[in-house]
This record gives sequence, structure tokens and C-alpha cells, in this order.
Amino acid sequence: MEQASPDPERQLQPGLLEPLGRSDAGLGVAVDEEVEGAREEGSGGDTMTHNNFWLKKIEISVSEAEKRTGRNAMNMQETYTAYLIETRSVEHTDGQSVLTDSLWRRYSEFELLRNYLLVYYPHIVVPPLPEKRAEFVWHKLSADNMDPDFVERRRIGLENFLLRIASHPILCRDKIFYLFLTQEGNWKESVNETGFQLKADSRLKALNATFRVKNPDKRFTDLKHYSDELQSVISHLLRVRARVADRLYGVYKVHGNYGRVFSEWSAIEKEMGDGLQSAGHHMDVYASSIDDILEDEEHYADQLKEYLFYAEALRAVCRKHELMQYDLEIAAQDLASKKQQCEELATGTVRTFSLKGMTTKLFGQETPEQREARIKVLEEQINEGEQQLKSKNLEGREFVKNAWADIERFKEQKNRDLKEALISYAVMQISMCKKGIQVWTNAKECFSKM
Amino acid sequence: MDMNSFSPMMPTSPLSMINQIKFEDEPDLKDLFITVDEPESHVTTIETFITYRIITKTSRGEFDSSEFEVRRRYQDFLWLKGKLEEAHPTLIIPPLPEKFMVKGMVERFNDDFIETRRKALHKFLNRIADHPTLTFNEDFKIFLTAQAWELSSHKKQGPGLLSRMGQTVRAVASSMRGVKNRPEEFMEMNNFIELFSQKINLIDKISQRIYKEEREYFDEMKEYGPIHILWSASEEDLVDILKDVASCIDRCCKATEKRMSGLAEALLPVVHEYVLYSEMLMGVMKRRDQIQAELDSKVEALTYKKADADLLPEEIGKLEDKVECANNALKADWERWKQNMQNDIKLAFTDMAEENIHYYEQVYSGGKQGSFPRKVCWKRERVPATLCRGGKKHCLLPATACLPHL
Repeated sequence: MEQASPDPERQLQPGLLEPLGRSDAGLGVAVDEEVEGAREEGSGGDTMTHNNFWLKKIEISVSEAEKRTGRNAMNMQETYTAYLIETRSVEHTDGQSVLTDSLWRRYSEFELLRNYLLVYYPHIVVPPLPEKRAEFVWHKLSADNMDPDFVERRRIGLENFLLRIASHPILCRDKIFYLFLTQEGNWKESVNETGFQLKADSRLKALNATFRVKNPDKRFTDLKHYSDELQSVISHLLRVRARVADRLYGVYKVHGNYGRVFSEWSAIEKEMGDGLQSAGHHMDVYASSIDDILEDEEHYADQLKEYLFYAEALRAVCRKHELMQYDLEIAAQDLASKKQQCEELATGTVRTFSLKGMTTKLFGQETPEQREARIKVLEEQINEGEQQLKSKNLEGREFVKNAWADIERFKEQKNRDLKEALISYAVMQISMCKKGIQVWTNAKECFSKM
Repeated sequence: MDMNSFSPMMPTSPLSMINQIKFEDEPDLKDLFITVDEPESHVTTIETFITYRIITKTSRGEFDSSEFEVRRRYQDFLWLKGKLEEAHPTLIIPPLPEKFMVKGMVERFNDDFIETRRKALHKFLNRIADHPTLTFNEDFKIFLTAQAWELSSHKKQGPGLLSRMGQTVRAVASSMRGVKNRPEEFMEMNNFIELFSQKINLIDKISQRIYKEEREYFDEMKEYGPIHILWSASEEDLVDILKDVASCIDRCCKATEKRMSGLAEALLPVVHEYVLYSEMLMGVMKRRDQIQAELDSKVEALTYKKADADLLPEEIGKLEDKVECANNALKADWERWKQNMQNDIKLAFTDMAEENIHYYEQVYSGGKQGSFPRKVCWKRERVPATLCRGGKKHCLLPATACLPHL
């Protein structure tokens, strides 16, 4: 049965694992408000609570990518890229960092980690992975997964993914996540041992719930609409941006042709020659400046893409709520119908159609003993049902509460991040203009001297 | 054939011609002003065509009046050009715009096409007016002043079609021979023309391509801005910044439009004119070669003592004068042409650079007006930063995080 709150078994507890080091007494300021709270200083082995745990500054980085060949499940040769994950702990006193763990992971293992988190933390908006295949490409970008630029951007995206998990107050405490960072071999087995695949909700069930649920929390319905809008507007934006980038690339690069022709032309001109030659040089500079500009823009696009994929994560939480709510409604319905049946049996009135009623008419009334027996069974079922309903209600409310807390956290994060991304985009454009003014002023001078 | 006092058929010394050039090119002494405008469509049972209104204002004595207004069609311009080439085979006659648009023009009378043509025709007539020799050409005067019927009857005079064709055949035949004996300076000129022609053609293609790319960029940008407005509808906290980005993009659009029209006005017509000029120049070279070839063939005939030996020396004398005039005319005109070309190209490209500067300044000032902070530290290197709010790096996330003590 899915649980709304994290299973304590999967949360890290002191003593179960080898500590990375002793806690630092007076570690110093934790600037992040999220993790602020009372901190134990100088004492060891305290129990962890939600708001209150030891902090040790850790740096995570995905520092390298490497092409590998190996054999896949069907014993066929395949090429894939592996990423080096390094974890460092930062010593407080001198700010130096010490490498504590380093291992190689491939994209499919990241996927496995995420799928696991999705199952065990359904109330959390789980950070998305960078895209599996290159989308929104324009002609210069390669759609090839092995292309070095794509690999580089993916490396950054994977690092981002890990950092988002590490800075999430709940997810960061997950044992499997910890093992992901520290245990190279057998990690897959550990994940599979949790049996998370079995606990996952079936797609079909979730879809069914979405259509049939009667009273979902309005906030979640709104959130679902919002996430649909977000997804649609960001993908539209990214598509057009890719086309704009393509055109801009064209404009700049064609100017580069001037450079070559001016240079050749200058050979036959006496007075104009020098001016042409140097103007041509500036045209070349202009044409090549677009490469850096668009590379920076690609990073902006990646930032938007992250939130495009976050929309799906939001929808996953909404779906979970709908599923739970639907379950609840079915249980309540079931209970109500059983109660009614019971009442009918007790009072002898038949208001609703029942098989028993039919057979009674056909084959004669049942004996009072039989009736008593049935009432008893029903009463037991009703009792059970009421218990279940109660706990489902509780679960549902817990879920809504926890999910909404995380959604609020997510909203703030999103607003911050998107604002910064948009600002940096504008700054990029401004810098592009400055460069343009520079180059063309130089070119103009050369032309006027011809 | 018309002979006016300044035709190179009349032997004049090169010196007097150069003096003439200096005199005529001074701008304050310009006494002939021509405009081409008001294209009008005419429909007859046989055909449809466009005429252009030509207004001439002059203070010259040889003109009957000081103002003239006539209507001419493209055919008439072609006729004029032909006459000028006949009369001055080795002068650099200004080029006419092409008969048809090169690339896939379905509608001959498309507005842009007509406007481009009108401007080119205006240029054509003004260049002739500015030319020290051509400006006094009789056919030119008739073109500017004669009524429609007068022009038609005048056109019918002059060498018939067959004789013109005969000339062409002889020209082709003799031009082959002419190349062998071309003087050094004309060899140089020919080389220059060939290379220049190559380069200017390339520049023409490049400039047209830039225009096309800018147009397509503009089209995409038009769609780009509004998406941000659409987005702002579902985001409360990001409304302002999204609107700012949208208005920046909008400004960029407008600036692009202006940049494009600047290109179309200043650079493209000039470059294209010189593409046509380069073709024209090749024609001039051929004609010069042909004149020389005529002389050479007569000299050859004399050497081998062919028919009419006694008439030859006189003929040869005349031809020698003809060749000298032709060469001198070309040389003088060549210098003038090169000077003009330099100025025109310089101006055209300087204007283009100016347009581009203006474009970037427009977009830059738009960006600065928004709510964007002046400075955002935008670090390109991946430096693991310590945990801080809004860590400014690619990932938008600090590279350090606090993990529970393990």
C-alpha cells in the first residue's frame, strides 16, 4: 500500500550506516533557510527528526563523461556514456574539500533512481532528469546522443538533478539516494530489493481514477491545469526560440562570406584595397561571434526545459491525489451500499434491486437464521469498511497536507529560478547588442576610409 | 548616323576631352534635372505595359523649353541605350535594369518589381545626364523631350534591323581576333573587369541572402514575443519580467524591419547596378576590341596585298584615328567610372554599417529600459559554489548541499 509519509526504513538513521566523519562542532552558518533549525553541536548520535538534523557540508559534482562500450541485457555490444559523480565533504575550518566518494553511473541508473523516488515519495514534486533525446534542435545542434555538446549539456543537467535532490529537505535523506552516491556495485540490486516496482500504481488504474473521481481537491485540479499550461507554453517557446536561433545564425554567418570576398577583391583594388581588407576582417569577427552567443542561449533553453519537465512531475502528484481520492470515494460508496443492504435486510424492505430479492421471489423467502447470518456478515464488513474509510481519509488528508507543503516550496523555487533565467537571457541579449555595436562601428570606420 | 559635335567619331584630342570631363562633373554647374515617377499601367488589345513619367528641368540653350514632361515605357529606354552604344561604342553606358526578374517572378507587374525598376530607370537617366559626353547626345535629348508620336517616327530612322544584325555578326567574328593585339593597359583593364565582375556578383548574392535571412528572422521573432505575454497570464509572480522580455523582443522586431529596409534602399540597388555595370564593361571591352580588329584586318590585307590595295592606306588612316579615339574615350571614361564606383560602394557599405549600428543601439536601449538589473554575474565556469541563496551559475543551484550526517 502506498504511504503518504516516508517509510522510516528508507530514511537514514544514525548508526545504521558508517558515518562519513564526525559531526563538526559549531559547523558554522548554514545560510539556507530550508535547513535552518536547531542543530546539535558537539554531541553525537542523536535521533533525527524532520527539522533537525546534523549538517555536514557536502559537494556533489558530475565532473566527467566518458564513452564506454559494454554488453547489454541481450548480450549485444552497445555504446553508452558514463558519468563520474564525485562527492566531497567540506571541512569547515579551512574550507578545503576532501574527496569522499567517486563512482561512475550511466543515464539509465539515474532513471532508475528517479523512478524509485517517484514511487516512494508520491507527495513530492520529484526533480526531473535532463532530456533523454535532444529535442527542440535547430540545424547546428546535433540530435545525436553521442554528440559532445549534447553530452556536456547532459552532464550539467545530471549534476543539477542530483543537487536538487540533495537540497530537498526530505529527498536528501533517502538511503537509496545516499547509496547512489556512494555504492558503485550492487546499487541496482539494492534498489530492486526495495520492491518499488511492485508498489508503483498501475497506469491504467491512475487513468481510470482521473476520469472517474468526483470530488478532487480543487487546488489539485487547478494545479493540473496550471501544469498543462506551463508545459504547453514552454514547449511552444522553446520551439520558436530554436527557429529564431537558426535564423540568427544564418544572418551572422552569411556576413562571414563578405570577409572572404572583400579579401579577394582587395587584391585588385589600389585605393580601396586596405579598407576592404580590414572591413572583411571585421565581417569575419561578426560572423564568428554568434557561436558563443548561441551556446549561452542553449543553457538558457536548458533551464526552461527543466521546468517543462517539472510540469510532468506536478501532474504526477495530482494523479496520485486523484487516485487516493477515487479510492476513498469507492470505499465510501461501497460502505454506503453495504449499510443500505444491511438496513434492508433488517427492516425487510427491498428498495434496491438485489439478487437475493429476486431469488426470494422466485424460490421463496429465506429463513430467519439465514437472514441473521447475512446481517452479521454485513455488519462485520461495515465495521471493517468504516475503519478502512477512516484510515484512508487520514491518509488522504496527510497526503494533501504534505504534498501541498512541497508544492508551495516548489512554487517559490520555480519563481526564483525562472526570474533569474529570464533576467540572464535579457542580459545575454544586451551583451550581444554591445558586441554588435562594436563590430559594426569598426567596420564602418574601415568602409569610410576606403 | 547621328553625329553630334562630341561624338568620338570626330577626331578630337584626348586633352580637350579631359578638360571637358573636369568641367562637367562639378555639381553646382549641373543644368539638367531628371525625375522618373508615376508608373501607370496601360492596357491595349495586344498587350499590357507600364509607362513611367519623366520630368526634365533644364537651363540649357539647346532645349526648346525649360521643362518637359513625357511618358516612356521600358522599350523606349532599351532603344535609347542601343543608340548610345552605337554612337559611343567605347564609353561606359550606364546599365538598364533587367527585363525580367531573375528569380521566379510570376507577376510581371508586382508592386515591388515596378518600384525597383522605377528607381533603377531614374538612376539610369541621371547617370547619363551626369556623363560629360553622353549628356549632349541628340537621341538622349529627343528621348527626354519628344512626344510619343515624334519619338516613334524618330525611332524608325537610323540603320535598319538587318544592317544592325550584320554588324553584330562582324563584331563577333572580329572580336575573336582583337584579343591577340590588345594593348597592355587594356589587358590590365580586362583582368580587372573579369575579377571585379566575379566579386561583385558574389557580393550581390551575399547581400540578397542576408536580406532573405533577416526577413525570416523577423518572421520568427514576430511569433516569439507574444508567447511571453501568453505565459504571463498563468504566472502571477513573473508577469512583469515576462512582459519586459516580450517588449524587448518587440523592439528588436521593429529594429530588424528598419534594418532590412535600409539594406534594400542603400546597399542592394547599388550592388546590383554594379553587377549590371560589370556586364556592360565586358561589352565595352568587346566593342573596343572589335574596332581594333577592323583596323588589324585591314592592315593584314595590306600586308598580304589583297584587293583594293590603293584604297587601303586611306581606310587604314581613318581606322587608326578611330582606334585612337575609341581607346582614349575608354581610358578617360574608365578613370571616371572607377572613381564613381569607389564612391558608390564606399557610401553603400558605410550606410549599411550605419544601419547595423543603429539596429543594435535600438535593441540595446530597449533592453536597458526594462526592469533588468544592470549587472548580473554570469559565470561560465562551473565553480562549485558554497551554499548560497540564488547561486549564480549555470545550474541555478549551489553545488554544495547539506546532507544529513551519515
